[in-house]
Amino acid sequence: MLKIAKNRLNELFAAIAEKQTLYIPVDREDGAAEYRKWENGCEMSGALNTVRSAKDFFFPQTENLVDFKMEGKNIEVIDIRKESEDFVIFGVKACDARSFTILDKVFLVDPVDSYYKTRRDHGTVVTMACTRPSETCFCGVFGIDATAPEGDAACFSDGENIFFKANTEKGQAFIDSISSMLEEGDTAKLDEVQAKTKSILEKLPLANLSTDSFGGARLKEHFNSDKWGELSEACLGCGTCTFVCPTCQCYDIKDFNTGHGIKRFRCWDSCMYSDFTKMAHGNPRLTQLERFRQRFMHKLVYFPANNEGEFGCVGCGRCLSKCPISMNIVKVMKALEVK
Amino acid sequence: MQEAMIKRAKELLADGTVNRVIGWKKGEFFYDITPAVFETAEEIDADFVFDDFTSANVSKYLVKESKKEGKILAFLKPCDTYSFNQLIKEHRVVRENVYIIGVPGGPKLDIEKIKAKGITGVLGVKNENFTLKIDTLYGEETMPFYEAICGKCADCKSKKHVIYDELIGEDGDVLDSNRFDMVEKLENMTAQERFEFWREQLSKCIRCNACRNVCPACTCEKCVFDNPNSGVENKAASDSFEENMFHIIRAFHVAGRCTDCGECSRVCPQNIPLHLLNRKFIKDINALYGEYQAGADTTSRAPLNTYDTEDCEPSIVHERGVE
Amino acid sequence: MNNDTLIPYVGVVTDIRQDTPDVKTFRVVSPEGGKVFEHMPGQCAMLSVPGVGEGMFSITSSPTNKEFMEFSIKKCGCLTTWLHAMEVGQQITIRGPYGNHFPVETELKGKDLLFIAGGIGLAPLRSVINYVRDKRENYGDIQIVYGSRSKDDLVDYQEILDEWMNDDGVEVNLTIDNPQEGWDGHVGFVPNYVKELNPSTNKTVLVCGPPIMIKFTLAGLKELGFTETQVYTTMELRMKCAVGKCGRCNIGNKYVCKDGPVFRFDQLDELPDEY
Repeated sequence: MLKIAKNRLNELFAAIAEKQTLYIPVDREDGAAEYRKWENGCEMSGALNTVRSAKDFFFPQTENLVDFKMEGKNIEVIDIRKESEDFVIFGVKACDARSFTILDKVFLVDPVDSYYKTRRDHGTVVTMACTRPSETCFCGVFGIDATAPEGDAACFSDGENIFFKANTEKGQAFIDSISSMLEEGDTAKLDEVQAKTKSILEKLPLANLSTDSFGGARLKEHFNSDKWGELSEACLGCGTCTFVCPTCQCYDIKDFNTGHGIKRFRCWDSCMYSDFTKMAHGNPRLTQLERFRQRFMHKLVYFPANNEGEFGCVGCGRCLSKCPISMNIVKVMKALEVK
Repeated sequence: MQEAMIKRAKELLADGTVNRVIGWKKGEFFYDITPAVFETAEEIDADFVFDDFTSANVSKYLVKESKKEGKILAFLKPCDTYSFNQLIKEHRVVRENVYIIGVPGGPKLDIEKIKAKGITGVLGVKNENFTLKIDTLYGEETMPFYEAICGKCADCKSKKHVIYDELIGEDGDVLDSNRFDMVEKLENMTAQERFEFWREQLSKCIRCNACRNVCPACTCEKCVFDNPNSGVENKAASDSFEENMFHIIRAFHVAGRCTDCGECSRVCPQNIPLHLLNRKFIKDINALYGEYQAGADTTSRAPLNTYDTEDCEPSIVHERGVE
Repeated sequence: MNNDTLIPYVGVVTDIRQDTPDVKTFRVVSPEGGKVFEHMPGQCAMLSVPGVGEGMFSITSSPTNKEFMEFSIKKCGCLTTWLHAMEVGQQITIRGPYGNHFPVETELKGKDLLFIAGGIGLAPLRSVINYVRDKRENYGDIQIVYGSRSKDDLVDYQEILDEWMNDDGVEVNLTIDNPQEGWDGHVGFVPNYVKELNPSTNKTVLVCGPPIMIKFTLAGLKELGFTETQVYTTMELRMKCAVGKCGRCNIGNKYVCKDGPVFRFDQLDELPDEY
C-alpha cells in the first residue's frame, strides 16, 4: 500500500495546496476542531471530529442563489452561479463521508440542485480511518466501518505512516497526483492498529443500538407514540442538533435587500424552530412536541421510507455531545424501540 | 445529597404539597443529564439525579410549569435562585405554584472540558482529592478537578440562595468573585484588539439560538429575531457582520436583567464566551449606577428602569469610549 | 451549468381582476408574450416579488388556455398584500410547474364529476373545471357545489354565471353561509348542502376549501355512501423550495410540493394527521 511518513504530512499538504484549495480539520484555541483552509503551518487535528460537520463544503450554512435588479415595474434575474473551483477535504471521518451519500439522495435527485452538484463535482473527499472512537460514536449501527471509510480516497494511520487507498476514480486521480511523494509500505503495523480499533468499536457502549424498530413500515406507530411528550419536554427549540448534524439538510430561502439590488439566499433552517412550518393562516406544528417529533421521524422513518431503508443518521455523535439539554437520537431510539 | 433530595421530593409528593417535581434525569452516559419533570415516586427513584454534572438551570422551565395545575417542586442551586427571582420580578412565573428547595451549587463539571484535553471514550469520572480519575475505553486518564469545572462555576458569584421555601444542606454567602477579570482584560485592550477578539469569537456562531433559548432572561413570547417583519429575522448571516449584531442586540436586551447565570456560554456549541458581553453590562451598571445584582431580590427597581437626577449623562458613552 | 429550478423566470402581470373584497385574480404571461410554461390542472407555481417573498400558488387557469396563466390569490400575508397592491404591467418572478395534478387524463376520464369548493378553495378546482369543460366529450356529468361566506366572497362569480351555468351537462349549486339581501339562492354551509343535494355515489369527487370544511364534507360524503378512493383533494403547507428538498411541507414521508398537492383521501389516510 502507498504511504507517506506522518512527519511529512506538512510537505504533502503543501503539495496538494499548490494545485487545489485544501481544507483540513485543525484545533482551535478552545480545544474544539474545525475545518480550515490549509496554510503553511496548519496542523491536522487529532480530535475525534469537528464541531461543524463537513457538510458545509457542499451545503454551506448560507449561500447566494440568485440576484435581482428591480427597476420600476421591471425585474432582471441575474444568474450568479459559477462552477466551483477544485478542492480537497482531507481528514473526513467515516461518518461524515457517509453523510455525503445521504445528502446526495436529496440534492442530486431530480431536479438536481446545481449549487450542491458543482461543489460535489469539484470536491475530492479524502477520508481518515478512525483509531480512537468515542463513547458517543455509533456509526456501526448504520453499517459504517470507521476503520474503512468511504470517500474518494481513504487514509489509514498506523501511528507513524499514513497509507492511501482509492475508492473512486477521482480518488485514484488524487493519489496519482501525489504519488511522487508516496512509497510502498508494509501494512503489518497498520493491520494491528486496525484490529485494535475494531475491538474498541465492538466494545463501544452504543455498539448494540438497534435500528430494527425503525423504517418506513412503522410510520404511524411511531408518529402516534405517547413517548414524544416526555422526550420533547425539555427541548429548548434551538437548532444546535440540526446545525451540527451532518445529514440535516432543511433550508430556508430568503431575500436580502442590499440597497442596490436583491440577493436571494439559501440558509440552513431547522425543523426545531417555531416558524419552520408557519403560514399566513396557521401552523401544522404548533408545539415543540410536533417539531421535535418531525426531526426524529424524518431521520428514522420518513427518510428510510423514501430511500430504500437508508436512515438519515450516520452515528457521528455530535448531537449527543452538543445538545444543551442532552436529548438526542440515541435516547429517542431507545425510548421508541419496539420490543 | 441526591438521596436527601429524592427522599424529600417523595415526601412532598406523598403529602400533596406538590404534584410534580422538576429536576434532572439520568442520561445514557454518566454526564448527559436532561432537565425533567417527575410526577411519581417511581419515576424519581428510577431516574432522578443530582451530581457533578447537573449544571442545567431549570428556572426557565418554571415559566411554563408554574402556570400549570397544582404546585411544582423545584430544586434550585444558588445561581438558579437568582434567575427565578428575576422571573418573579418580571411577572413571568407564578411564585405560589412553585415550592423551592435550595440545594448546594457547584462547582459542576463540564464533560466538554475533559474532552478538550483529548480524552476520548469517557466511561466514568471519579474525583479523588481534586484530581479527576477518568475511566476511558483506552485506559485511565487523570486531570486536575479545577480544569474540568463549568465555566460558570469557575467564576461563581454567590453560594447564597436568594429565594427558597426550604434548604437541603447549608446556605452559603455571596462570593467575592473574580468574574470581572476577563472583562477588565478586554477593556484594557485597544479598540482594534477588542474588535478582533469579538470578531474571532462571534464568527464561530452557527446561529443555533441555543444561547437565547436557554437564557432565563429571554422569555419574550415572540422574539424579535423570530419576527419576519422585524427585518432582523434572518436565520443566517446575510452579511459578514450579522452574527455580531445578533449577540450584541441580545446582550442589550438582557442588560440589567441578566443575573449572570452563565447558561449562554455553557450551552454554546462553539464555546463562544457570550457571558462576557453580559458581564460587561453588569460591570458598567455597577460602575455607573451603583452595585446592582439582578435577581438578588424581587422588589427593587433595576437601574435601567429607574430615572434619577444623579444618573450619568448619555455623553458618558463617548467619554468612556475615548482611548 | 444547467438551469436550476430555484432560479425563476420573469412574468408580467397583464390583468388584475378584483374577485371578492380579499381575492384578486392575476393574469401572468412571459415578457415575450404567451405562457411562461405549460402545466396540468392542480399544479402550482412559485410566485415571488424579490425582496418581499416567494410563495406557492395553485394555477387557477386551465392548461387549455393557451395564452396566459391565472392565479386567484387571497390577501392574507406579506407577499399577498404586496401582490394585491400592485398594478397591471408589474413584473414578478415565477417558477414551476410544481407538484402532481388531478388525474384528468386517467382516473377522472369518463367519470361523472362532483366538484365541492369553499371560498378561495375554488382556485385550484377552477383549473380542472375549465379543463373538463373544454374537453367535454371525455367526461360525464359535472356538478359543482360552491359556497362562500357571502355572495361577495364567491370567487369567479361572473364566470360561474356567464359560462359554467350555461353549459349543458353542468349543474352549479351555489350557497352562502348567511342570508343576504339580493341572494335568493341556497343558504347554509357547504357540507350540509352537499348532503341535501344527495349526489349519486357513482361520481368522483374533487374537494377543496378550508380544512374544517373539507373535514365535514368528507364525513358527509361517507354518510352518503362515498368511499375515500372516490374523493380527491389538494393540500397546502408552507413551502420554500417546491421540489421536496427544503424539508418543511411534508406530511409523513410525503412532500406536498412534490408528491402532492393532489391526494386521494385513502392516500391521506396512510399518512399521519399533521396538516
